[in-house]
Amino acid sequence: MTELTLSLGIGVLVGSGVWLLLRPRTYQVIVGLSLIAYGVNLFIFSMGRLRSGVPPVLDGSGIVDPAAYTDPVPQALVLTAIVIGFATTALFLVVLLVARGLTGSDHVDGREP
Amino acid sequence: MLGGATLIWMIVLPFVASAVAALLPSNARNAEAWLSGTVMLAILIMVMMAYPDIAAGNAVRQSVSWMPELGLELVFRIDGFAWMFAMLISGIGFLVVIYTRYYMSPEDPIPRFYMFFLAFAGSMLGVVLSGNLIQLVIFWELTSIFSFLLIGYWYHNAAARDGARMSLTVTGIGGMALLGGMLLIGHVVGSYDLDEVLASGDLLREHDLYRPILILVLLGAFTKSAQFPFQFWLPNAMAAPTPVSAFLHSATMVKAGVFLMARMWPVLAGTYEWFFVVGLAGMITLVLGAFFSIFQQDIKGLLAYSTISHLGLITMLLSLGSPLGAVAAIFHMMNHATFKASLFMAAGIIDHETGTRDMRRLGGLLSAMPITATLAMVASAAMAGVPLLNGFLSKEMFFAEAIEHHADSWLDTIAPYAAVIASAFAVTYSIRFIHSVFFGAAPEPLPREPHEPPFFMRLPVFLLVLICLIVGVVPGRTVGPYLHSAVVSVLGDSTPYYSLAVWHGFTLPLMMSIVALVAGALMFLTIRSYLATSEEGPPYFRRINGQRIFEQVMVTVSWRWARFLEGWLGTRRLQPQLRLMVAIALIAAILTLWRGPLLPEIRLAGSTDVVFTILWVIGMACAIGAAYQAKFHRLVALMLMSGAGLITCITFVWLSAPDLALTQLLVEVVTTVLILLGLRWLPQRFADVETPVQAFWSRLRRYRDFAMAIACGLGMAMISYAVMVRQPPQTIADYFVENAYPLGGGTNVVNVILVDFRGFDTFGEITVLGIVAITVFVLLRRFRPAPESVGSTQQQRHQSADDPVAMPGGGTIVADYLYVPAVIMQWLFPVIVVLSAYLFLRGHDLPGGGFVAGIALASAFILQYLAAGTRWVEERLRVLPVKWIGWGLLIAAATGIGSWALGYPFLTSHAQYVELPVIGKVPAATALFFDLGVFALVLGATVLMLIALAHQSIRKLRAAKTAALAEQEVQ
Repeated sequence: MTELTLSLGIGVLVGSGVWLLLRPRTYQVIVGLSLIAYGVNLFIFSMGRLRSGVPPVLDGSGIVDPAAYTDPVPQALVLTAIVIGFATTALFLVVLLVARGLTGSDHVDGREP
Repeated sequence: MLGGATLIWMIVLPFVASAVAALLPSNARNAEAWLSGTVMLAILIMVMMAYPDIAAGNAVRQSVSWMPELGLELVFRIDGFAWMFAMLISGIGFLVVIYTRYYMSPEDPIPRFYMFFLAFAGSMLGVVLSGNLIQLVIFWELTSIFSFLLIGYWYHNAAARDGARMSLTVTGIGGMALLGGMLLIGHVVGSYDLDEVLASGDLLREHDLYRPILILVLLGAFTKSAQFPFQFWLPNAMAAPTPVSAFLHSATMVKAGVFLMARMWPVLAGTYEWFFVVGLAGMITLVLGAFFSIFQQDIKGLLAYSTISHLGLITMLLSLGSPLGAVAAIFHMMNHATFKASLFMAAGIIDHETGTRDMRRLGGLLSAMPITATLAMVASAAMAGVPLLNGFLSKEMFFAEAIEHHADSWLDTIAPYAAVIASAFAVTYSIRFIHSVFFGAAPEPLPREPHEPPFFMRLPVFLLVLICLIVGVVPGRTVGPYLHSAVVSVLGDSTPYYSLAVWHGFTLPLMMSIVALVAGALMFLTIRSYLATSEEGPPYFRRINGQRIFEQVMVTVSWRWARFLEGWLGTRRLQPQLRLMVAIALIAAILTLWRGPLLPEIRLAGSTDVVFTILWVIGMACAIGAAYQAKFHRLVALMLMSGAGLITCITFVWLSAPDLALTQLLVEVVTTVLILLGLRWLPQRFADVETPVQAFWSRLRRYRDFAMAIACGLGMAMISYAVMVRQPPQTIADYFVENAYPLGGGTNVVNVILVDFRGFDTFGEITVLGIVAITVFVLLRRFRPAPESVGSTQQQRHQSADDPVAMPGGGTIVADYLYVPAVIMQWLFPVIVVLSAYLFLRGHDLPGGGFVAGIALASAFILQYLAAGTRWVEERLRVLPVKWIGWGLLIAAATGIGSWALGYPFLTSHAQYVELPVIGKVPAATALFFDLGVFALVLGATVLMLIALAHQSIRKLRAAKTAALAEQEVQ
């Protein structure tokens, strides 16, 4: 059931994000991209399957049983994705502010339709 | 005796010399000439020394492995025919280099000329010495490119630019077609190796793909050799410096087309299609080229059309499909190269010494330059086909072939007549050239006083004319053996008996020659006075200008159609583009998933966790709320978005990802602060006033977007669910988990992956982060806010208006703004610094690491800015984020490079524990230094972005204040 809940959550995050992505105002697009980023990060993360209480932190003794830990690879991927996502959000925010200053409009095309 | 490796040197040497030539100073005329001359002479000697190996008609091969997986290898191959061409290229190339030294003026940028010239010679040698079809096409294209560069050498001249562009377009299209043809041949034969292809003639001729192959290969050959209807580029290429014309447009590049036809002759010729297509093009080119040549006023134009005509002659000989025709064609390739190169050089001398090439203005040069005149006359006689010169011999062979019966076609019937007419024209234009340049008198004084050129400028012409003469008188004893080995290497067993004698008795071909000579001379006498003053170009045909047609086609295709397509398919608006992208992604996903079993039997087993479900109900509500509010209530939308982010963060905690949760939480904080800083510069949004019609359409658009959003959300949910409930396959995860400690020396597997196993990825990633931060910084330096955002905000103005004590910069209300929290925030600074250090140091073994620690410390800085204001902080702390970024990147790179010093690949890490007093055992893998770099960079980047944005408010305030002060002073 955890799977179903999380899947629905991912779906709602991406759906809301796509809706905002198609809106005409830059602020809507930046919020939409952030929501899509949450959804996609969770999606990539969930590729390692969902397990509670088994973080990939070894106890540091002897033989390691991979089955006793959750998949660390999607986590490593998502960790970098979160940081890069932050960077692109910041870049887009600045681009939208500069565009707003230059064009006087916060429409994605730089001018009112 | 030379090994196959010499073959490779013949091609590599000119390219190496080309690179050297490019690097010499621009006034090094003699050095350039010595370099190029030595290289061309060395190649000439190498080619000569290769002759004994191939004299018997066999080929020398040398292969180099290129892409063995694709069955591609570089094959260099020389046989008699390739040898003949290599001789022409290196020999005439050598003479042209000598000539160039005296032709080019000191003002010309000479390194560029020799660079292109040598590279062209290398490409051309590559074409003739390739034993692999793909390789041949690559060199073929290189000749097109270098020819383009050489024609456009004087690029300040519009005609040179246009001519260069035209030749590149035409020959480039041909090269493309040729590549297609070669790929088809490779497909049919199963190999691109020239020897195997040449052995598969019957297979190719009987294959269904024979016609496409023929058309494509001929397109390549016809465009290169300026055959009708692609002949128009060659006269326009005459804008090139004359040495280029002499080398490329008489002896080598245009010969590449006929070279290819002769090379492929054993496999492609002999069918009716070949006879008809090649024969028709050749005959039209032969006659029209000669006819047009008569009416040119530019000497080089005359020679260019004459070249077209002679190439047509060779093409026509090849079309016949008879071995004797091929012999004549090969012989004429050789002869034409010698007399035409010498004529072009003579034309260059005339141009150089008199300052004009216009035959209406020239005249009487015989007395001023008798030696050059004599040489030019002999060469022209060879061009006209006068006995005792080499042009006569191959023309005799041509006549002999033209009267033979080859196919039941009207083309075959008219061939002898066309041959005689074209020969008569050739006589006319040859006499015309000699008469109008060297005899009579110039109608007006020439731009320069003509005199003989320097000896070494005349020497190449002399040598070439000498060859024409010797070959013409004693052909059998001079070129006989070489021609024979060339012919045998093309025709193999079907080599016919042929005689190279000058005198065959009173035969029909001799009669035809005499008729052509007499008719040509009479024709010249008839139109002589007309030509003396006529316009450029032949009567009636003058209006049909190939160049103009070509340019109209180019404009239509590359401008009108392109604009039409752009207008029809393109948009500059973002929304349709995004919509299209989303739609394509959606359709692609649906199409892919349509067939496969997307949803397995839905297992509702497993624990139902109420708390987790409630959590996600809140999360979904936040996401939908953010989507709903983002237009009019930005702050609300931001809070709801952060809510969704927090739920994501809790999910990471819940599902065994402590590192992700930490990072997500801190990034969430920083993102929120960043967007809060930006909100101030966005315009206030009011509901749009719409007419009912507009409202209807915008509602429709919203429905469509809503449907797309629902579809995307549903799709993602379904795919996620479908994956999550499947058994995971065996992945590389096990490797990382098992080896994190033994190899990486850390127990936090995620961190070990980031800084050790996949350290190079992380290195790239932090570089991106640094670039983004600097981009943000630079963009904001040029930031100009919209007029209505300048000055204090609405809220600030309300506050000041209500303030009982009015003071500049805020009254009593803001004086103690957030006083208690501010003190706590200031006290928190050292605490967060310690926390950050703790997160950093434990990162290798427990959740934490450079990323998290960097963002944590960045938030400590931000708290200080929030608590006390920008100026207060910057007076007390040295905040140098750009330096931190630089140091971070340097430390990370140095750690990686450090492993080189110990003989390991980039970013190999070493792990051990260090015993520190008080603290105890501390993991001290070299990866820790790398993580330090990550930490410094993340810190610098985050702080830089936040501060750059935060500075905007005070910068504007300061600017506004300065402006206000200035205004007061003025008053």
